[in-house]
Amino acid sequence: MGQQTSLYQKHLDAGAKIVDFAGWDMPINYGSLIEEHNQVRTAAGVFDVSHMTVVDVGGTDAEKYLRYLLANDVAKLDEVGRALYSAMLNHDGYVLDDLIVYRMSFGYRLVVNCATRAKDLRWMIQNTDGYAVSIQERPRLAILAVHGPESINKVCEVVEEDQANQIRGLKNFRGVELERFFIARTGYTGEKGVEFIFPDSDASELWDKLLAAGVKPIGIGARDTLRLEAGMNLYGHDMDESTSPLAANMEFTIAYEPEDREFIGKPALIAHKQLRDAGKLPELVGLVLESRGVLREGQKLVTDKGGGIITSGSFSPTLKHSIALARIPINSQSCEVDLRGTLTRVRIVNPNFVRFGKKVFE
Amino acid sequence: MSDIPDDLRYASTHEWIRINDDGTASVGISDHAQDALGDIVFVELPEPGSSVNAKDEVAVVESVKAASDIYSPVSGEVTAVNEALVDAPETVNSSPYENGWFFKMKVGDETKLQELMDAHAYSNHCDNE
Repeated sequence: MGQQTSLYQKHLDAGAKIVDFAGWDMPINYGSLIEEHNQVRTAAGVFDVSHMTVVDVGGTDAEKYLRYLLANDVAKLDEVGRALYSAMLNHDGYVLDDLIVYRMSFGYRLVVNCATRAKDLRWMIQNTDGYAVSIQERPRLAILAVHGPESINKVCEVVEEDQANQIRGLKNFRGVELERFFIARTGYTGEKGVEFIFPDSDASELWDKLLAAGVKPIGIGARDTLRLEAGMNLYGHDMDESTSPLAANMEFTIAYEPEDREFIGKPALIAHKQLRDAGKLPELVGLVLESRGVLREGQKLVTDKGGGIITSGSFSPTLKHSIALARIPINSQSCEVDLRGTLTRVRIVNPNFVRFGKKVFE
Repeated sequence: MSDIPDDLRYASTHEWIRINDDGTASVGISDHAQDALGDIVFVELPEPGSSVNAKDEVAVVESVKAASDIYSPVSGEVTAVNEALVDAPETVNSSPYENGWFFKMKVGDETKLQELMDAHAYSNHCDNE
């Protein structure tokens, strides 16, 4: 038996099929992954993602410390509640983890992957030398993500009216602290929605209210197909400690400016850029297979510039054909996949397939 | 608990086989198998008229999560395939023992069916996996 979130019994009550996910007993689906996926694209669903690791950073040097620790620049967070997606790099410029950092009234809150929890905490503490900061893991916080075109309306039905007004007023990547609840317009599906971070003793009550309002529980199976359609990376699959962010479609998250900011991995990234300019760094692209068959992680690719590999692949319930993220030689023009022994032509596209329920690639 | 009808025979690789009134046999995958695969999105069927041996890979089923080979439970000749699955593969999930059949075959030697598991043995097999 693995670790369980405070909602474990609620998942069983909702008919969940439980699987191991990085040491946690998590719901993979509650019947049909495809129905849950479509529920989020067309209405509203709730994910229990309390297995994710929440780390609060406080102290007078919190901003200075995070500007050194993270490849994106927390100085962009000009008001409490704002959120930023960032890579955490090692000194070789490879990706230790990807995370969301929120500016809070007390400092900063990071949400990192649970599979990398121990490594991340070690790294964060190891790099505090010379900074007046406190690093505190918050294992008793639950996280519920409510996503889908109807998500905001449903959420507003189950909270107090003044809270509802504040939630309706939130822009994307903005959040607000409402008593014990932190609520932010962030997520991992390509739909609008909010994430609640709050004491796990309150989790059952909110879960029940959301379900009573018609929000459906969504398993981690649909979470994976939703994020893949949205072209969002999954750590340990699309990038890891052997990957430059430049080879993982993460360059938009690197804050090279202001030039005088030093951050861990920055000198190495300059070298990665030179490699890329010489055509020697691969890139992460999207792949589309419009004929029958399903692209899967680990399948080998052959392009006009050399070999590659699929890092995430699945059937896309929204598009009704297979899509994938893949790492291939930069500027490849053509690509074939080894599908169970048969080389099949696939199309190379931008790694972003579906936003707000609609196909977004050409 | 998955549904395991008493009147079928089962292979260790989770196919079922049923002798029809016209003497042919229908083959599909068990409720346990469809549940383990999850939402099925593509089915590849064998060629009608092809001769198959027991344990040959004759079809492929792909779910959102995984691809899986389907093996012929016995030797014989494929006489018909369920074309409806090409456009509605989810039928395998919703009706694994009826509308979700994969193919029909003329069984070479019906005594070989006795070498397959009955419902009780198959239930134990699933429990021990």
